[in-house]
Amino acid sequence: MTASTVDAAQVVAEPTQWWSRQRKIGVGLVAVGLVAAVLFGALASAQSAEFTLAETISGSAVGMNGRVGAIVFGVIAALAGGAMLVAARRWVNWLLGLGIVATLISFLCWQLSQAPDSLNTIALGSVARSSVTLALPLVLGALAGVLCERSAVINVAIEGQFLMGAFAAAMFATLAGSVWIGILAAGIGGLIIALLLAVLAIRFLVDQVVLGVVLNVFALGLTGFLYEQLMAKDQSRYNQPAFVPEWDIPGLSKIPLLGPALFKGNIFLYGAIVLVILIHVGLFYTRWGLRTRAVGEHPAAADTLGVKVLALRYRNVLVGGLVAGFGGAYFTLLSTTNFNKNMTSGLGFVALAALIFGRWSPIGSMLAALFFGFCSALAVSLGSINSPIPSGFLNMLPYIATIVAVAGLVGRVRAPAADGTPYIKG
Amino acid sequence: MANDDISLTVEPGEIHALLGENGAGKSTLMNVLYGLLQPDEGEILVDDKPVRIRGPRDAIAAGIGMVHQHFMLVPVFTVAENVMLGAEQTTGGPVGFLDRRRARKLVREVSDRYRLEVDPDRTVEDLAVGVQQRVEIVKALTRDVDLLILDEPTAVLTPQETADLLEIMRTLKAAGKSIVFITHKLKEVQAIADRITVIRRGRTVGTAAPDTSEEELASLMVGRSVLLRVEKGAAEPGAPVLELAGVAVNDDRGHRAVDGVDLTVHAGEVLGIAGVQGNGQTELVEAIMGLRPVVAGSTRLDGRPTLGLSTRDILRAGVGYVPEDRSVDGLVKDFTVAENLVLDIYNTEPFGTRWVTRPDAIAENSRARIAEFDVRTDAAGNAAVGTLSGGNQQKVIVAREFSRPLKLFIAAQPTRGVDVGSIEFIHRQIVHERTEGTAVLLVSSELDEVLALADRIAVMYRGRVIAVVSPDTPREEIGLLMAGVTTESAGTAKDGHPDD
Repeated sequence: MTASTVDAAQVVAEPTQWWSRQRKIGVGLVAVGLVAAVLFGALASAQSAEFTLAETISGSAVGMNGRVGAIVFGVIAALAGGAMLVAARRWVNWLLGLGIVATLISFLCWQLSQAPDSLNTIALGSVARSSVTLALPLVLGALAGVLCERSAVINVAIEGQFLMGAFAAAMFATLAGSVWIGILAAGIGGLIIALLLAVLAIRFLVDQVVLGVVLNVFALGLTGFLYEQLMAKDQSRYNQPAFVPEWDIPGLSKIPLLGPALFKGNIFLYGAIVLVILIHVGLFYTRWGLRTRAVGEHPAAADTLGVKVLALRYRNVLVGGLVAGFGGAYFTLLSTTNFNKNMTSGLGFVALAALIFGRWSPIGSMLAALFFGFCSALAVSLGSINSPIPSGFLNMLPYIATIVAVAGLVGRVRAPAADGTPYIKG
Repeated sequence: MANDDISLTVEPGEIHALLGENGAGKSTLMNVLYGLLQPDEGEILVDDKPVRIRGPRDAIAAGIGMVHQHFMLVPVFTVAENVMLGAEQTTGGPVGFLDRRRARKLVREVSDRYRLEVDPDRTVEDLAVGVQQRVEIVKALTRDVDLLILDEPTAVLTPQETADLLEIMRTLKAAGKSIVFITHKLKEVQAIADRITVIRRGRTVGTAAPDTSEEELASLMVGRSVLLRVEKGAAEPGAPVLELAGVAVNDDRGHRAVDGVDLTVHAGEVLGIAGVQGNGQTELVEAIMGLRPVVAGSTRLDGRPTLGLSTRDILRAGVGYVPEDRSVDGLVKDFTVAENLVLDIYNTEPFGTRWVTRPDAIAENSRARIAEFDVRTDAAGNAAVGTLSGGNQQKVIVAREFSRPLKLFIAAQPTRGVDVGSIEFIHRQIVHERTEGTAVLLVSSELDEVLALADRIAVMYRGRVIAVVSPDTPREEIGLLMAGVTTESAGTAKDGHPDD
């Protein structure tokens, strides 16, 4: 054989990276848009589909032929997807947003065109308001998670903190005849679970995920037991809390769409807004935040600089418990009239999901919670217009949409590096 | 007991080297000084006054700063954030809003004053190791320390970065700072130390002046005389064992890390790959071992192509492999020494079958290997391998790899973080294996190691082999090659293929 001289400088063909993430999403959007145009267009009738910004379906509305609307907006979504194949990077999010909204309108055109005659209107003001309202406990739960997990204690016990908060709020608001006492009690209820979490996780190094699950079971059992032994026997004495008062902000509450959603609120709405801002600013602009994040990422580094790692973790977990307990009060003081066994029905876990989808940031968590709230509100609206889609599927909508959004759009997320690892000196 | 009645005095403006093997108790002593551990007896005097150091905060207040062997930096923070952590510049008040501008200014001031080039706005995880170390030093200096402890600072550095660090240490000394320099590298000690304290098994065994010879220092450190230069006869290269032609490999981020490498390793020779870390050596070795896909080119072992073979197939074909990062890739830390010694052959006779393992055979093998390779652990090897010192862990890996008949032995950084005594032992084993007729591919970022062991030296730079030279080539010339400077045109950038 002859010596085959392979030139060291030989050019190796670079594999082309044409299939960027942007283009993959674009193609996906084209497909979704076309399916929407064809499927929704075929299923829709020529009945008018009406949209109004108001809170009720009476009054002025924008309408269009349902079939035409379904096809036109489906095509718009496909075009937005097509544009993503060639557009510059900075347009990507706008095009994606346009595509999603257009797909949604196409879908609604179909639904409304199939609705009974007088119900063919969707009141966007009402959808916005209930989106925000349904998101509230999730925002508060996720914030509790942010506080814990940014300092590297995994909080799976949000559900349990919700339940304790809800129970304590119902009981003490009724006994004291004051919702404010109820809210205070709710905070303490959440705090009790947080204290158990903190001591067992930080002091006794129990596996934090297992611990969280156990605490949830504990809270479920405890509140269920007390409910049956105490509350159920004399509901009017122990379990008839008042609603929290509604505080309209004059002027602002008249703004269409945003007004009813953000400025006709209550302690939970304004509390959540204030807490999101406080925790965001605290986390990224103050000494406490810098230390919290350092402890969550590399506790040994913080320790060698004199930061008290364990004390900081205790403090954050306990404050988180207060926030989650406050979120629990929402269930008995705003969304329903009294406490019931397991009434939080897994929303604590949805809050945990919002925390992760929101990349452990207060604002991201809030947006994730709002997205879930919106999907829930939409499902409720569709139910009220006698949608042909079975209600069981409608109830699944928020969960499925969340999974799709997370898997398809959020991508890989990075938890605080030390999340879930106990810190042992030396 | 890690420290037993040690006394140490450091003068102002002095670079005091603390020399000792891994596990001798150097780091323990410094952790006591920095308040991370509490002494059972004895006292610490700063400026002749006794102080009690209960934690890092006390140490910093007493003017003591420490750069840890494993950096204490938050990877996702910027340089300024890392520097300010724990002593934050704030706008005051109970909330304590961070004053980032002031923090940046402080970083710039310190980095200018001591010529420690760092950009306060870069994120730490994006910085090279050498730069991260500068950040650590800046961090200590912003806290106004008078005594700086550097724990094995050169263990992770390239030769150039090491030279930079020594320069920084001189600057600090000129500024009146005292430095405790913990290391086991003799050349560095001789280059920079004013005084040397040698520690062995938790006790001070002597103080030496910097002009003490390497051999003397080594024997003080190990407790017996050590051969620093490996004795070896001339190589008798046989048939080609490993042949690489036009091999291209990507790194984890999909960038081309190895770009058309041609190399041949013959039976009975040591081919050393020299180069600053990060020039594709890691990826090349992983590709040979089937741990990383080869994008282009061909690899042959004993004339047979190995592309597409699993790592196990490649190992079974007679390849021994000492991976670069022993604690991640080389050992299962929680397994015992005995188990780690049969990690590759646990399911072959006599150690076991597909269904069962034979503890007796594994124990017997463990006893024999521990004795043969002088692994310092219990005789039966029942200790978890993670409890052993770095050098002994590495001996376990080498013992395991040499327990099979080999055609090719690949050693990546075989003596990184390993004490002098073990280095000597491992080097002797490698040379012995070569003399027996095994082809050896040695990858090391320690030029001294490559020079000591290799029969031919390939210099890698930016994913290419830019020259293959003899070990008699002057150090400086190889140093230049490592920096990418070739004397001739690109024509030399090839390995001479012997015709077969």
